[in-house]
Amino acid sequence: MLTITLGHYLSVAAILFSLGIFGIFLNRKNVIIILMSVELMLLAVNLNLVAFSSFLQDLTGQVFAMFVLTVAAAEAAIGLAIMIVFFRNRGSIEVEDVNVMKG
Amino acid sequence: MPEAGVLVSGLAFYLFSGWLLAAGVMVVAARNPVHSVLFLILAFFNAAGLFLLLGAEFLAMILVVVYVGAVAVLFLFVVMMLNINFVTMREGFLQYLPVGGLVGLILLVELAFVAGGWAFAPEVTAAAGGASTLIAPSGIMTNTRALGDVLYTQYFYLFQAAGLVLLVAMIGAITLTHRSRTGVRRQDISRQVSRPREESVEIRKMPIGGGI
Repeated sequence: MLTITLGHYLSVAAILFSLGIFGIFLNRKNVIIILMSVELMLLAVNLNLVAFSSFLQDLTGQVFAMFVLTVAAAEAAIGLAIMIVFFRNRGSIEVEDVNVMKG
Repeated sequence: MPEAGVLVSGLAFYLFSGWLLAAGVMVVAARNPVHSVLFLILAFFNAAGLFLLLGAEFLAMILVVVYVGAVAVLFLFVVMMLNINFVTMREGFLQYLPVGGLVGLILLVELAFVAGGWAFAPEVTAAAGGASTLIAPSGIMTNTRALGDVLYTQYFYLFQAAGLVLLVAMIGAITLTHRSRTGVRRQDISRQVSRPREESVEIRKMPIGGGI
């Protein structure tokens, strides 16, 4: 039980990813928490990549995880910028208010 | 009785992953978004601990420096900058609980199935063992150095592309949030220099002894 296998890490990452999905569905009003849930999901993916990299003795997974981190940082910056602009225009960040382009 | 190293690393795994998952739950469920961000920081720290256990020291430090130091603080700034009524924010939480729980549970069960019936194909381990990006045996080379060895040679173009992604994100964020306010007095040198004489100087005939 105390010898940690790859399966342990994969389980933790799977639970974390599901938590992220759960958060997106649960917090339909607050865009900030949706963005944070996306960050959690990306973290779970990174955990998978690094676990596989470590157990397969291959460095490629860690390089890939680094690029995922880069893209996640860019996504957070752009997402928060869009949110600020939206808040300036509408005075709220509720998802239900994002209906300007509704047909 | 397992040996001490296995015991310690096993306990550390359960400690880090337990805190990680608890912090993840609190990110989703916290009433106040500021608390959510703080729990997100806790989750990042524990994920860094797990990375350390896996031997990926460089990524662990990146996670602490970039994620805790920059991204989470950015979230914190934005949460505090926007003046949001947190009470109305929680409306509809219970309304979405069943469907969200259902979707999350289905996904978790699917992932559990995948994890349960999972095995390496024989050619995967063979390919990984024969790859040129092997992790060096510990003691010869640190993780950071091994990563740098492949990052600046084999993955050089990808590295440059990652930098480009960050540049585009930076420019995008600035252009999105930048606003030119009216009524602000600001020096505009090109306008000053290119101002013609007719706009700036006016010659009037003045009657002698009279005012303007």
